[in-house]
Amino acid sequence: MAANTAFRTCPDTGLKVHLPAQALIKANAVAAVVFLLLGGLFGLFVALTRWPEVHLLPAESFYAVLTAHGMDVLLFWIIFFEIAILYFASAILLNCRLAAPWLGWVAFILMLVGAIIANVAVIQGESSVMFTSYVPMKAAPHFYLGLILFAVGALIGVGIFFATLVIAREERTYEGSVPLVTFGAVTAAIIAVFTLASGAIILIPTFLWSLGYIAHIDSMTYKLVWWAMGHSSQQINVSAHVAVWYAIAAIVLGAKPLSEKVSRSAFLLYILFLQLASAHHLLVEPGVSSEWKIFNTSYAIYLAVLGSLIHGMSVPGAIEAAQRGKGYTRGVFEWLTKAPWGNPAFSGMALSLVMFGFLGGISGVVMGTEQINLIMHNTLYVPGHFHGTVVAGTTLAFMAITYLVVPLIFQRELLVPKMAQWQPYVFGLGVAGISLFMMGAGTLGVARRHWDITFADSTLTFDYPGAAFLMLGLNGIFAIMAAVGGAMYIVVVVASILFGKRREGAGEPAPQPAEPPAGAAVGSYGNAGTLHLPGTYVLVGVFFVAFVLYYFINWKYLSEVWPLS
Amino acid sequence: MAIAPPERRLWWKEPLDKAEIIWITIAFLWGIVMFLAMIYWHIVGEQNLSNEAYRIDPEVFAAKAEEMTEKYQVREEGDTGIPVVHPPPGSDVYLISRLWEWWPILELEKDQSYRLHLSSMDWQHGFSLQPTNINVQVHPNYDLVMTIKPNEAGTFSVVCNEFCGIGHHTMVGRIYVTER
Ligand code: HEM
Ligand SMILES: [Cu+2]
Ligand SMILES: [Cu+2]
Repeated sequence: MAANTAFRTCPDTGLKVHLPAQALIKANAVAAVVFLLLGGLFGLFVALTRWPEVHLLPAESFYAVLTAHGMDVLLFWIIFFEIAILYFASAILLNCRLAAPWLGWVAFILMLVGAIIANVAVIQGESSVMFTSYVPMKAAPHFYLGLILFAVGALIGVGIFFATLVIAREERTYEGSVPLVTFGAVTAAIIAVFTLASGAIILIPTFLWSLGYIAHIDSMTYKLVWWAMGHSSQQINVSAHVAVWYAIAAIVLGAKPLSEKVSRSAFLLYILFLQLASAHHLLVEPGVSSEWKIFNTSYAIYLAVLGSLIHGMSVPGAIEAAQRGKGYTRGVFEWLTKAPWGNPAFSGMALSLVMFGFLGGISGVVMGTEQINLIMHNTLYVPGHFHGTVVAGTTLAFMAITYLVVPLIFQRELLVPKMAQWQPYVFGLGVAGISLFMMGAGTLGVARRHWDITFADSTLTFDYPGAAFLMLGLNGIFAIMAAVGGAMYIVVVVASILFGKRREGAGEPAPQPAEPPAGAAVGSYGNAGTLHLPGTYVLVGVFFVAFVLYYFINWKYLSEVWPLS
Repeated sequence: MAIAPPERRLWWKEPLDKAEIIWITIAFLWGIVMFLAMIYWHIVGEQNLSNEAYRIDPEVFAAKAEEMTEKYQVREEGDTGIPVVHPPPGSDVYLISRLWEWWPILELEKDQSYRLHLSSMDWQHGFSLQPTNINVQVHPNYDLVMTIKPNEAGTFSVVCNEFCGIGHHTMVGRIYVTER
């Protein structure tokens, strides 16, 4: 049935591209970008409202817009894009046809309809419950229904991914083991099954409860199961963007993993231990024991963190090895200074890697420490942390790979390349700002999801220190910058897709997938003794020192607050 | 390349590079250090959230808070009508959270311990003690009991930091800590 006409051969990579898969990748990617546009705009409004001198929106719209922001970017932008990545990593990278494309369209439509329904529910104003929708606060039934439809659609998409892997294996479209990037995608997909199932287990009863068929849902149980979806789905993001890092390093620089074994084992650690992370959200809740919290918040003994720390060395290591192989061997850092910083795919990936580690990673581990969570829970520190992970890390990585997807899958040349070149820097700096300043405000005790830190309408009030106001002002300024960076991305993508020069057939070698360099450093990866990557060792060393210092500083902060037991 | 199948079919048999072994070892040990740090803090640290919690009906909790308030009220806060309660050190102290207030106002003594009970009458709320910055989640139907020992005198505020509807940003309570 897989007729030959259903394929084209990619002029750049020689990969066989299944056209129905290509169409689905396009549709999902476009939907993702639309929700990023919508959600990003809401994010800007939220930040401008939290800037006390600006205080843009009235309270009621603020809470509605904040709900929509979290939902549109965290769920819809990210997951639509991930479905596109899954189709790419299976059908395209394995030279295979996509299993049941018609079902892919069913999935797509379910997701789209669900996302639209949920947005309508929030905009109608009766569902300002935040995307976490903690019971017993109640949203309109169609809010939950929208989320359920979206989750079901996504689950079908994941199923198609697995089915495609099976077909590829049976039809022998590749030799040996699947590529590392596909392996990362498999990791993401396995976690996604767990996650989406948890989502169904909690959202379906909640939906029935909102309709009046169920009398009571326990607030602690809800949180436990909800976060089995909510947090584990962040591990989908991590797996997906790490896979994207490897993919970009491979396509742009021809970088090979230092060791397939190490990188794959690190992905495996995600699968084995990330499911425990729901605990991160229950560290200061009643009725959960400390033993449970310690074991789960640390993924046993930080074994999933270990996975990320390993990638943190193997990704820059692969890049350094590739660059040294090309002859950039002078000093410790020539490989880095001579890297293609003008290529937005590379610069976006590099910034994503660094900021994910320094901003999102370190703060996440610190905040997830059982006792330290006491001085951070529900403060702005929390959104500060995850704008470091899911925005600076995941979103920026996804933006970066878009610059490769547009030529390879949409077969269009990038329009306004100068703007594309600057985009990762503008967006990256903006996000670094909002991440840092929200963390700063959180350290000063400023609450998250809070309309007015001057407490103008309260009977009793509290004066936050002046520095907190400064932090929120800076957050507003950098939010504008992040929004500009986001808008640049959307302009480049939309303009290129609609008006970019077609790259039919041969085409120019746009983002040339570099020849695997023949240098000794990467000639045969993984061999003990052939690697010498001083730059990577320095970078990893700096990271580790920062991590350790910041970790202990926070214990010090904790030790100063009121004793409690 | 990472987008192609591994060159060596038996990739799981590759030897590891020394640098990688070193980094994996350091990272693994650091994980153990961080794991043990939490346990260590339970033994010697002074800031640990208690594990004591009970199921409770909101009405029952409210009754206890009202009883305490009747017994130990010392004044009202300005012209707000909110009672200020000065319970004896060591006693059980109840703080109600509901849309959108913390009730009553507590007056505690420095360096004395109290068994503070937190529970919600309706939705979830967030107990965020400022400026000291201690944050604990409050649920309906759960009575969380923690022993607190204020280590400084002054006026403290309890900001609600769990979103609880349209009045969320007006939900502020107060705790006074007096020198003995
Ligand atoms: C222009 C870019 C963005 C800006 C300026 C921005 C800004 C903000 C601000 C100020 C908050 C509110 C913090 C609070 O009051 O609690 C927030 C919340 C949030 N943001 Fe963003 N953000 C941006 C992009 C993103 C992206 C791309 C994602 C996800 C991929 C994201 C995910 C979230 C989530 C999940 C929340 C929490 C919502 C909640 O508390 O319910 N943001 N953002
Ligand atoms: Cu509240
Ligand atoms: Cu609140």
